[in-house]
Amino acid sequence: MPENVVANQNVSKLTKKDFTSDQEVRWCPGCGDYSILAQTQKVLPELGIPKENIVFVSGIGCSSRFPYYIDSFGIHGIHGRAPAIASGIKLANSDLKVFIVTGDGDGLSIGGNHLIHLFRRNLDVTVLLFNNRIYGLTKGQYSPTSERGKITKSSPYGSLENPFNPVKVALAAGATFVARSIDREPKHLADIIKRASEHTGTSFVEIYQNCNIFNDGTFGQLTDSKTKKDHVINMEDGKPYIFGSESDKVLAFENGQFHVEKYIESDSQIIHEPKKINTSIEFALAELTENEQLPAPIGVFKEEDKKTYDGLLIKQVNNVKEKQGSGDLKKLLFSGNTWEIK
Amino acid sequence: MSVDTQEKNQKLKKRITIRFAGDSGDGIQLTGSQFTSTTAVFGNDLSTFPDYPAEIRAPAGTLFGVSGFQIQFSSDNVHTPGDDSDVLIAMNPAALKVSLSTLKENGIIIVNKDSFTTRNLKLAGYDENPLEDRSLDGYQVFDVPITTLTRESLIDSPLTSKEKDRCKNFFALGVAYWMFTRPMDTTLEWIKAKFKNKPDIIEANSQALNAGYSYALSTEIFTTSYHIEQAKVDPGIYRNITGNEAIVLGLITAAKKASLELFMGGYPITPASDILHYMAKYRNYDVKTFQAEDEIAGVGAAIGASYAGALGVTASSGPGIALKGEFLGYAVMMELPLVAINIQRGGPSTGLPTKTEQADLFQALYGRNGEAPIPVVAAQSPADCFDAAYEAAKISVQFSTPVFLLSDGYIANGAEPWLIPDPDKIDEIKVRYADPNKEYQPYLRDPETLSRHLSIPGTKGHEHRLGGLEKEDISGNVSYDPDNHDKMVRLREEKVNKIRDFVEDPQMDGQEQGDLLIITWGSTYGTMRNVVDEMRKNGDSISWYHLRWINPLPQNLAKFIHNFKHVIIPELNMGQLIRVIRSEYLVDAKPINQVKGLPFSTNEVIDAIDEIMKGSNNA
Repeated sequence: MPENVVANQNVSKLTKKDFTSDQEVRWCPGCGDYSILAQTQKVLPELGIPKENIVFVSGIGCSSRFPYYIDSFGIHGIHGRAPAIASGIKLANSDLKVFIVTGDGDGLSIGGNHLIHLFRRNLDVTVLLFNNRIYGLTKGQYSPTSERGKITKSSPYGSLENPFNPVKVALAAGATFVARSIDREPKHLADIIKRASEHTGTSFVEIYQNCNIFNDGTFGQLTDSKTKKDHVINMEDGKPYIFGSESDKVLAFENGQFHVEKYIESDSQIIHEPKKINTSIEFALAELTENEQLPAPIGVFKEEDKKTYDGLLIKQVNNVKEKQGSGDLKKLLFSGNTWEIK
Repeated sequence: MSVDTQEKNQKLKKRITIRFAGDSGDGIQLTGSQFTSTTAVFGNDLSTFPDYPAEIRAPAGTLFGVSGFQIQFSSDNVHTPGDDSDVLIAMNPAALKVSLSTLKENGIIIVNKDSFTTRNLKLAGYDENPLEDRSLDGYQVFDVPITTLTRESLIDSPLTSKEKDRCKNFFALGVAYWMFTRPMDTTLEWIKAKFKNKPDIIEANSQALNAGYSYALSTEIFTTSYHIEQAKVDPGIYRNITGNEAIVLGLITAAKKASLELFMGGYPITPASDILHYMAKYRNYDVKTFQAEDEIAGVGAAIGASYAGALGVTASSGPGIALKGEFLGYAVMMELPLVAINIQRGGPSTGLPTKTEQADLFQALYGRNGEAPIPVVAAQSPADCFDAAYEAAKISVQFSTPVFLLSDGYIANGAEPWLIPDPDKIDEIKVRYADPNKEYQPYLRDPETLSRHLSIPGTKGHEHRLGGLEKEDISGNVSYDPDNHDKMVRLREEKVNKIRDFVEDPQMDGQEQGDLLIITWGSTYGTMRNVVDEMRKNGDSISWYHLRWINPLPQNLAKFIHNFKHVIIPELNMGQLIRVIRSEYLVDAKPINQVKGLPFSTNEVIDAIDEIMKGSNNA
């Protein structure tokens, strides 16, 4: 339970329906965003937070229409700037539970600077980044997470840049909770969103989301029932990194890298411990998605307790008040050298 | 301290302007500030202007490292720091070189003779020593070996030589105190407080100050001291204040009167950074400061804070305001309170970061995409920044709109005495929220102000969503309907125009008809006060109207602007207000423009007016 969010024992029992707004959802049929919306609405009632204390903030993009569809306080911001608005909201009223909904272009291109500073400060907000590896709302340009060589309208001969790895960006910038899930794994997605929401500090969740109009199938290997078991590892606390259609493969960590071995049950297997901070393992896990021969991990990479900027700011304000007294206007205006004219 | 005047003359003066000049490391700003404090406590009216180089700590003796501090003080009212100075106190050749052009003929020059070394003269671009080549024959020159005398006065001090030399500004200050009949108490007390834990420094600085005073008193070269009597000003309690500090006090006062927390989202930029500094000190006044990662995040956080129920403020200068443009348009669309402060400086681009200009008026009025009207109020002097900031915040909250507060480098850093208002007599600011017991319609408006009713997160049952997409009147739903968009654009503009019913019109200074009307705005106020007084003394008939709110324009101006044969608009830009006035009132106003990074001088403006009047009379 986030320490800054008032857990109201008298909050009336809420359901998914309570968080469904009266707005008609305007995403393309088949868009992965529908699943994310449904799972978020499923999780919100379970958090025990009064509905009026929840605020969703977004930027610009398909993902950023999200606040209109959640029946809570919500702000549709401007492109890339949701973290700035959310920072002001959280600092002005730290009792609020603040969510940021963003995309790969919104969050990592124009908004990249804001996001890394949000992580650095460890503001107590939850970031959901929908990664579809494309600019969808502007109809199909490659994005900061598109693979090199991506052919799009703005890169007819293939994109030239290396992509960002969002999880690595979050880890490097110091986010205290970093996780990944997939739109087509609803139960897993709901669990991750809940766990992220309950974390105190900045939670970052990368969500692989399919854009069926401009980038259909970009995560196909991870979601197709025939291939996903060999290409996805569900990281579970206290368990080895077992995967494969017959659970016959395992990741072994050696020389700062993971590689695949045949799974043989033994005590020497490395197990997943996201609360035990180990930068080498975190980054090695994050880098797995950069090699198509290796499986993509989903779940929590890192979960760390650290003081939050908002908590520290309030503490500082209260300390200054305690030492100097609550501000008196007369004292303020008449401070410094004064003199009287009769 | 008794003054032995038996062997020396004392002249009574009405008004004196002094310029202190030296290297950044010479303590010029400190020296000037102390002279200012002493002069204020003594009871003179005054105005100051710190003139900073852009460099942080330039190599000693270079021309581009000269730091200046100018003060005009008087037994009468003072409106500007003075055009030219009567006295120049120059700590090195570079300071003399840079500042001599601001000194009146027959003015007094006090220099630190010790610093006129071959090397320093070369750095300052002097082929000959000006103290010896008779180029200063038109002035009263006092070459005082300040460094030597400072060292002699501190012969017994345990400080290092370098530390002792740093006391020379107090020696110079002591000389100035004698010359202008100032008591030393204020500065001696300040030294004790400032260097509280460093008794050797206290002793040395105090000794240097006393030594400077004693030297001036006893030396034969100073034959005359000057006395300026106390000014006759309104009774009350005063303090010295800079424009930037006054803005902060005004905003804190407004937030308290509105029962709102104050939230400052900022980012370092000259000359606005002081606002962030002052705000950060006042945590106990429910002030939260957020030094953001960039200018855009600064304003975005302020908007978020306003959305969550605080009074959001952001402060910057022109280049930073340029970056904030999209968010300012967003605040217009969201109709949220926000005070956006621009401490204008020389531009375009990085321009002249430490110099003043009035060239961002168009940016404030028009610097956003779409029809995005923002109210604009301009402060006229350092002390006036308090009222301007209070009023900007009040309107921002009452109309649920961003408001631009314009200041500039001249009044931000300059100081003057401020008659402190009684906070108990300042009006409360009523913040109107939607009734929590009724169904919430985000864009339902107050008929008097057209302000929409706000409801902040935490209000049970009022959950709603808003964004930068155009929205439907009343409901706030996203709407692409053409008639609705037209309606909303007009409503937003009409709301801004209604502000003129809630703020006082400026009063005309002079007749409401006649030969000449001068219209000004912002920091040219003080100079224009001098211009008008001077021209009337010379028998000219002149009316003067100083704008405070520029958007919306005041109601009364339209009633008399056409009653004048000539309308002249002096501005420190290439003509921005004049274009507004011409388009709004269709008068053939004439410009007086200057973009030197410096304020107008009184004589420049008078000459320019005469030129315009002469030219038009011959036509």
